[in-house]
Amino acid sequence: MAYYISNIARSKGDPKVLHSGPSSLGAADRLAKALGWFSIGLGVAELVAPERFTRALGMEGKETLVRAYGVRELGHGIVSLSPDKPLGLWSRVAGDGLDIATLMTAMRHDNPKRDNVGIALAAVLGVTLLDIIGAQGVTTRHSRPRGRPRSYRNRTGFPQGVQSARGAAKDFQVPPDMRAAPALAAVSDRAPQERARPH
Amino acid sequence: MRALVWHGKEDIRCDTVTDPEIEQPRDAIVKVTSCAICGSDLHLFHNFIPAMLPGDVMGHEMMGEVVEVGSEARGKLKKGDRVVVPFTIICGECDQCRRGNFSVCQTTNRKKDLADKVFGHATAGLFGYTHLTGGYPGGQAEYLRVPFADATHIKVPDGIPDEKVLFLGDIFPTGWQAAVQCDIQPTDTVAIWGCGPVGQMAIRSAVLLGAKQVIAIDHLPERLEMAEAGGAITINFDEESVVERLNELTGGEGPEKCIDAVGMEAHVSPSMPDTVYDRAKQMLGAESDRPHILREMIYVCRPAGVISIPGVYGGLVDKIPMGQLMNKGLTIRAGQTHVNRWTDDLLHRIEEGQIDPSFVITHTVGLDEGPEMYKVFRDKQDSCIKVVLKP
Repeated sequence: MAYYISNIARSKGDPKVLHSGPSSLGAADRLAKALGWFSIGLGVAELVAPERFTRALGMEGKETLVRAYGVRELGHGIVSLSPDKPLGLWSRVAGDGLDIATLMTAMRHDNPKRDNVGIALAAVLGVTLLDIIGAQGVTTRHSRPRGRPRSYRNRTGFPQGVQSARGAAKDFQVPPDMRAAPALAAVSDRAPQERARPH
Repeated sequence: MRALVWHGKEDIRCDTVTDPEIEQPRDAIVKVTSCAICGSDLHLFHNFIPAMLPGDVMGHEMMGEVVEVGSEARGKLKKGDRVVVPFTIICGECDQCRRGNFSVCQTTNRKKDLADKVFGHATAGLFGYTHLTGGYPGGQAEYLRVPFADATHIKVPDGIPDEKVLFLGDIFPTGWQAAVQCDIQPTDTVAIWGCGPVGQMAIRSAVLLGAKQVIAIDHLPERLEMAEAGGAITINFDEESVVERLNELTGGEGPEKCIDAVGMEAHVSPSMPDTVYDRAKQMLGAESDRPHILREMIYVCRPAGVISIPGVYGGLVDKIPMGQLMNKGLTIRAGQTHVNRWTDDLLHRIEEGQIDPSFVITHTVGLDEGPEMYKVFRDKQDSCIKVVLKP
């Protein structure tokens, strides 16, 4: 309903939204947006409170690594929210692989938080599935299909043909404020002292 | 009425909105018969242009029939008149308008205080664009209020299809001005980066103005094919070096005139590392525009040449080679288009059959399909080059 608030910037006679219709955003785009914001949120959390993650997962001493992953998540989020969202979501999928590999190292038998690691792994696997669905969705939706493009070979724009169009507007007088340096031909037949003068 | 409305990044919706109303005596209401999606609408779609608000009606390429006229516009317009609406709103009376510099009209930007702070000095009001240019509702809608309508219109005769004259409101004069401000000489090579709609119009304009050779640069096969159909030599930057090929085509001297019909969203490719750098900075908000084309033009342009910039830039760019620009004595001409400065002449050329701008239309759909067409146009799907909407 942001449009309702923004009406304060409009004048009395400007059109104002009564009800909204279909959007240019598809389901895959909305999923990308949600995952992008999820990345930003997770990234901020990892940057601000890494010890909460390490403590919960029995990975004390790995705070710097978690912060680095936080920076990585912010990167994923920024790209996923940009027009390059397929790149953003596929980078998230790659990041998920890294997260899973890192969590696997914490699945040791001597880790007292092994159960938490299992829950985290299940969550990451679930998010990975969403990431793959989203990445495939936006890639399909926004790619140029392969195959021959349409032919525009006959779209000259010149009803009388290109050859007769060449120079057809030579009668046009370029306004003085848009003139440039003269062509060589225009100055070569002038006396040398004249050549130095402004055109 | 129905209108295409901006709700946020990549979120355009076909909404039901209130009808526009006459506010000032110089206003008129136009029933839109045709409108189009412009490449610069994509900058808004991506939220790269600041100061858009949810609820803003999109669109700045439109034409239609006058259905209501304010008391002070009646001398110039009447109900039933068929008009193309230029994307720049002009008063026709201020110092800049009297000089023909319509895109920097001093009167029509109703958010002048905001624009003064951002731009230093406000520019003209624009339809369907940012609140920095007045936040005027656009014409991708069934009806449009035209402020300063007595000056802000181009009357077109009956009998010419909408498709032939619609682009007088933006892309045709934009491509034309891009070529005109190069002051093309018969010995000139004109290189044009970007074969989207404005690039295609710039190619035709350079051909009409008598350039020795016109070179068009892009990487999409269908756009290059359309450029070639219009008389250009083409360079596919995915397949060959733009700089090497341009030098080869100009005897090692470089093109005299360069036109940037791409603007702030240059294509990103690992083979052009500066584009990756720009994209990363743009995502982080550390740079608003991706100026790869500017860098390449400054590098390859012949000394004392002209660089013409119709492509839209929104804010700050990085790593512009000022040393090359200064030492080569290049002239840069940029700006939004002074639409009404050119339209009488261009309408005449259309009527004469010198040019038919409808060649660029690849898709015609109803307004309801508009949101999906934004995506198709942005993603260059279905060989899309220009979308016309029929409200």
